Amino acid sequence: MTQITQITGTGIPLLLDDIDTDRIIPARYLRCVSFDGIGEHAFRDDREQHEAHPFDHPQHQEASILVVGRNFGCGSSREHAPQSLLRWGVRAIVGESFAEIFFGNCTAIGLPCVTAERSALDALANMIAADPPLEINVDLQADEVRYADTVVPVEMAASARDALVSGQWDFLSQLLDNADAIHETAARLPNLSSTV
Amino acid sequence: MPNLFNTVWDRHTVGTLASGQTQLFIGLHLIHEVTSPQAFEMLRARDLEVMYPQRTFATVDHIIPTDNQARPFADGLAEQMMSAIEKNCDEFGITLFGLDDERQGIVHTVGPEQGLTQPGLTVACGDSHTSTHGAFGAIAFGIGTSQVAHVLATQTLAMNKPQVRRVEVNGDLAAGVFAKDVILYIIRQLGVKGGIGFAYEFAGEVFDRMSMEERMTVCNMSIEGGARCGYVNPDETTIEYLRGRPFVPPGDDFETAAAGWRSLASGPDATYDDEVCFLAGAIEPTVTWGINPAQSVGISEPIPPVSEFPAEEQTGVQEALEYMSLEAGKRIWGQKIDVAFIGSCTNGRISDLREAAKIAEGNHVASGVKAIVVPGSQQILRQAESEGLHEVFQAAGFEWRAAGCSMCLAMNPDKLQGREVCASSSNRNFKGRQGSPTGRTLLMSPAMVAAAAIAGAVTDVREMLSPVSV
Repeated sequence: MTQITQITGTGIPLLLDDIDTDRIIPARYLRCVSFDGIGEHAFRDDREQHEAHPFDHPQHQEASILVVGRNFGCGSSREHAPQSLLRWGVRAIVGESFAEIFFGNCTAIGLPCVTAERSALDALANMIAADPPLEINVDLQADEVRYADTVVPVEMAASARDALVSGQWDFLSQLLDNADAIHETAARLPNLSSTV
Repeated sequence: MPNLFNTVWDRHTVGTLASGQTQLFIGLHLIHEVTSPQAFEMLRARDLEVMYPQRTFATVDHIIPTDNQARPFADGLAEQMMSAIEKNCDEFGITLFGLDDERQGIVHTVGPEQGLTQPGLTVACGDSHTSTHGAFGAIAFGIGTSQVAHVLATQTLAMNKPQVRRVEVNGDLAAGVFAKDVILYIIRQLGVKGGIGFAYEFAGEVFDRMSMEERMTVCNMSIEGGARCGYVNPDETTIEYLRGRPFVPPGDDFETAAAGWRSLASGPDATYDDEVCFLAGAIEPTVTWGINPAQSVGISEPIPPVSEFPAEEQTGVQEALEYMSLEAGKRIWGQKIDVAFIGSCTNGRISDLREAAKIAEGNHVASGVKAIVVPGSQQILRQAESEGLHEVFQAAGFEWRAAGCSMCLAMNPDKLQGREVCASSSNRNFKGRQGSPTGRTLLMSPAMVAAAAIAGAVTDVREMLSPVSV
């Protein structure tokens, strides 16, 4: 898989807390058998209710770095949420903290989520709002987000970062490599068998 | 000494991946129609088979209409998803509890009902409420669609091991205070992100005394407190619930299995990464007033003033109050409702319906309130009908529906309209969750929902309980 080390692009600020995956992709857009076209439904209900939603802002349409608050992606395990952000154009998310299942889903599709101090996120979001074409660089190897002359230290679970940086985020191949060990484990566990 | 979580985790560890993550074997994989179709496509794209088809079971729940179930469904997209899971299960050799199968129901209801969910298993499903199965002393957690593909193809997942927090509740619950109130109270105390990175072990007198159905309600909402997984140690209650169910070992093998299950429980010397303790007597019937499940109050309390919340939460609290059109300082008691929903993987089991029926019996749903009762599975529906509960509900003006997820998440025709306020026994009060982008959800126990339906407003179910003779 592609090595994901640096993401460079413009930002989109959405510095809100406890944004759940129903907000990111309302359930009615889960009525599908493929993820194709799901990007256009990202934050659909929020956008319809708030005319000035960042995802509709003309100057953020090419943005690839999403800046969020605390506990982003809580709630439902739907992978449709990160898939819709990815297909909308998001390539990295910088936030105060992430819900666990969401974080794992993002890593599995090559979408890095890094965390930073709230004060640094406030400053970054303000900079983006003031200057939407501002170029931002998310550097997974250096654990930094850089823009203008600012360097923000960021963190990411080492296992996820290493997987992305080394291009080993296709966990399926790695899991399949250990087929023998899987069968040995299965053999020592009870079967599920019906008595009827 | 190890706790149950560590014992089960170690037993299912296949090895350590280059990333440092554990490759964890999944004993039981459950799938449904919403998060599985893309996973099967991933298998096809790589020309992979399902490694252990006998360890995956499928049901249909999220998109199922609960009134007219004639095929093809009126919703073409729902029909497409239904056809996809039928085709995928057929092609890959997976048992499907389809609409025409009497075992069909909400995925987290049917696993336990069939005896598939057993102590000491690892359980995964593309649904965050998979934590429900932890009630049996299983390690159960929700996963995304790519991970569904991982389990189908390898029966394993790449996982980081969480820490374990023991959450103890001791003392006696008052009459009218249910498992739902206990978990809403815990989430309020620990916060919606308090459980991130943790598995919760629910322990203490309150959980020891609970039935399996009550334990399922508690574990179901672990994820609403940020904990991907929550569990209760297996005991005689667990074993008696499982005895005789279709997928448990038969005859003497059951006793052997049961002995093994007992031995898994965390002992008195077990150690934890964190421990918290609450008193049951502090818990009242609880109702959410906001847009996340931690934003709740006891029925006799006022909604706290914004200034009482930590500074970092105040903006969110203000936003929640505005969305809900509620005021701090006032009680949620008396809030008018438009819809009452009894059902979901949290509270759609037979004991929930019995408690709600006790409140409904001899009363009538208030004028202008739409009230629906949706059993969690076909089996629960039949049980309820054999007890005459459907007649109690119907006589009281509730609609009696077929099994499914219904109005919990509104991927089916059951939805709120506009700014409607719904008293709901489900698990999430997120903005727009129940199908209307501006709809408002008040989470509470099924008995409280029934009481609200009858009063036409949020009320205190304790005032409607029959006096107990001493």
